[in-house]
Amino acid sequence: MQYTLQINGSAHRVDVDEDMPLLWVLRDELGLKGTKFGCGAGLCGACTVHLDGAPARACQTPVSQVGKSAVTTIEGIGATPAGARVQQAWLDVDVVQCGYCQAGQIMSATALLMQNSHPSDVDIVAAMDGNICRCGTYLRIQRAIHQAAGSQLGETVTKRKA
Amino acid sequence: MPQLQSPAPRDRTSASAHRATSRRAFLKAGATAGGGLLLSFSIPMLTKAAARGTQPASSDRLNAFVSIEPDNSVTIVAKNPEIGQGIKTMLPMLIAEELDVDWPQVRITQADLNPALYGRQFAGGSMATPLNWDPMRRVGAAARQMLVMAAALGWNVPERECTTASGKVHHAPSSRVLSYGALAGQAAKLRPPALSGVRLKDPRNYRIIGHPVRGIDSPLVVRGAPLFGIDVEVPGMLHAVFEKCPVFGGKVRSANLDAIRKFPGVRHAFVVPGGSALDGLLPGIAIVADRWWHADKARQQLKVVWDEGATAEQSSAGFARQAAQLGQREPRTILHREGDAARALAGAARTVEAAYSYPFIAHATLEPMNCTAHVQGDKAEIWAPTQNPEPGRRLVAQTLGLDERDITVHMTRIGGGFGRRLRNDYMVEAAWISKVAGAPVKLLWNRPDDMHHDFYRPAGWHFLKGGVDADGRLIAWQQHFISFGADGEFAPSAGLKADTYPARRVPNLTYGATLMPFGIPTGPLRAPGDNALAFVFQSFIDEMAHAAGQDPLSFQLALLGKPELLPGDGKGFDTGRAHTVLRKVGEISAWGKRTLPPRTGMGVAFYYSHLGYFAEVVDATVARDGTVTVNKVWAVGDVGSHVINPIAAENITQGGILDGFGEALNQQITIEKGRVVESNFDGFPPLRMRQAAPIEVQFVTTDNAPTGLGEPPLPAAIPALCNAIFAATGKRIRNLPIDPALLKA
Repeated sequence: MQYTLQINGSAHRVDVDEDMPLLWVLRDELGLKGTKFGCGAGLCGACTVHLDGAPARACQTPVSQVGKSAVTTIEGIGATPAGARVQQAWLDVDVVQCGYCQAGQIMSATALLMQNSHPSDVDIVAAMDGNICRCGTYLRIQRAIHQAAGSQLGETVTKRKA
Repeated sequence: MPQLQSPAPRDRTSASAHRATSRRAFLKAGATAGGGLLLSFSIPMLTKAAARGTQPASSDRLNAFVSIEPDNSVTIVAKNPEIGQGIKTMLPMLIAEELDVDWPQVRITQADLNPALYGRQFAGGSMATPLNWDPMRRVGAAARQMLVMAAALGWNVPERECTTASGKVHHAPSSRVLSYGALAGQAAKLRPPALSGVRLKDPRNYRIIGHPVRGIDSPLVVRGAPLFGIDVEVPGMLHAVFEKCPVFGGKVRSANLDAIRKFPGVRHAFVVPGGSALDGLLPGIAIVADRWWHADKARQQLKVVWDEGATAEQSSAGFARQAAQLGQREPRTILHREGDAARALAGAARTVEAAYSYPFIAHATLEPMNCTAHVQGDKAEIWAPTQNPEPGRRLVAQTLGLDERDITVHMTRIGGGFGRRLRNDYMVEAAWISKVAGAPVKLLWNRPDDMHHDFYRPAGWHFLKGGVDADGRLIAWQQHFISFGADGEFAPSAGLKADTYPARRVPNLTYGATLMPFGIPTGPLRAPGDNALAFVFQSFIDEMAHAAGQDPLSFQLALLGKPELLPGDGKGFDTGRAHTVLRKVGEISAWGKRTLPPRTGMGVAFYYSHLGYFAEVVDATVARDGTVTVNKVWAVGDVGSHVINPIAAENITQGGILDGFGEALNQQITIEKGRVVESNFDGFPPLRMRQAAPIEVQFVTTDNAPTGLGEPPLPAAIPALCNAIFAATGKRIRNLPIDPALLKA
């Protein structure tokens, strides 16, 4: 089947089976490898993308269900103000250990901040509990989300060499 | 971790070892393509003996690689696999510090596997810091010395009048200054100094070591750049899945391969004969397709008849029954004996008898096992997320009949290791499948594959008796460990060392063991051995403190006794360092001074693991339905004279502690009919954010060479939590994972 997908602001045509999960369309058809495969069952959140700004598990989303929804992936999230703030906060707080889950974490965190500009700890846990981090960077993820929420749009963030 | 043992240290005086160092230290200078300085160092790798603070004494070689371009950029090769422990940032920090450059000047590249050039390249055992602390700094210092020599020659001034800072050489008397980039071409023509003789910085002048340096690749990670093994793309690459028998080592009798070959996208489907070694290439069915999704979808229709073999009846419940019976008998082997435990127990004022157990657990790295391989004739190229590439290459060479020198291994970033990727089964599978398919192949396991074919942390059962005298002193300790193994040899990571604390601190003590044969692959999991033993030892010491009617922290401080070096890993187990971290964690947690709400308690534990000393206090609440909530954790660590990268050190310490909580609260692998029951994160749940608690981390520094942090923070977390649960409820956790049903009010 042919599908035209709106991904990170551009149209992409793919010819794939209708039940192929969006995760594998992104990774193996379009070469967008930032979205990660972790469990294939919607249990770990590594494959989180946005469909029209809402978080979705790409491993549980058949390509046929995407329709005209705008797909945003980790490769495109930095173009949104909230996504850029979250990415910068992740670097400032030095969240990353192995980094494998962090694309999904950043997508979930950005979706949270798009809906709730100043989340409480309880809000953060509710939004982030579906994203597993095996390295256990949860404390820094929480701090980075608070930091991203606190920084104002357009505010110059000190560039630091990572 | 037997596969990481260096050769036994040879006895040498430190003077002769020093001479050996200078004899073997080579530093080669040459020009880079851009006309700069390219320094290639070949120096003896420090063995574990060096980590213990004895002498470097090995013919293994370590090699670092520095290049300086005329534009003043410095490129440092990071030689070890990055699994999230921060080594790709930390090893270059050591070089950059002594080279005396500014960190933003530094670029880092990942080495391929080349032990002849770089020495051992592995990520395991928290060994990178102790093995590299000295040689990496010398690499940087030697480079700096050559740049100073080049400047002094050019200016015709004595070297001693020249100083360095921020990648420049200064001559104060004449107010002259040149950048390293400007000097690099001249320096490349000089004879390099002996590494053993180079002068190292006074640590008071450190500008990189001990200062927070953020992960070098994190800017790429947060943008989703393709860094991991699973992200590898090779032109013409096919994708593979590999189905193995759910009973370990079972063989293929037949399979509906003709039907599988007809599915869309499938290019090949074949039997891999494999062997019987559980850490080698095992039998199975490979399906190779144009897309991984196609291979995985075809696999859902795969029907295999297996010859499950001799272990199809083994089960967790069966092992537990067997262990319970064996625990009533005398141990088959005595590992350690001091005094007469049986007599001391008979005469003790109070005794406690307890049976502890813990289950098999999986590593469950978030990036499933995968590897990309391209075997062409006699040659192979491999892209592998492996913690231990050298044995992987050997395994591929032996299994495919190739020469190791004809196999190139590229090390990718790794989405979690925890010891799982010290084994290289996925590497040999990918290589075999590529060879048969005649194309480059990326093999990717799905999550059930990953959970069903791990090298598990072995389960264990401990039968303990302890006794205190009328003064509350621990005078008797008798322990019978039922573990796995055969012919008197513990299975991988299933052992107990004779010198494990509280050995030599209890006058009458016996450690005995009885081994059960089994057919389950086991291996190192983060803090191997200690991740289970700390739970047993530190919980039972807590039990004995309560039996003695004493505060657990005071009881343990008394048990540790006077500061001295006891037999143990590294230089030995330093009871003084143990004392210090325990006292400090007592202070920062206000141990014994807090008024706690109902069903809330604090627990303390200590463990010496992989050369690091950690004492931890947990504050936890147990709800009336038995749910355990950790409120706060305090951790104090001593990993020597410097915490090299404090921002990463805090992160990995917190992660290690949370990993321990995940093991204690959530995780168990169950064997039934010879196979693993749990298949995904629903049955085997890693810790989630709602279970994470604030963790305050402090380090004390001591006059010891720095050691690693991947493992040491984890072990104490588990008993500290269990001891807190006892303080909160009066119920003792003796079996993991913690069962909330037993904690109901």
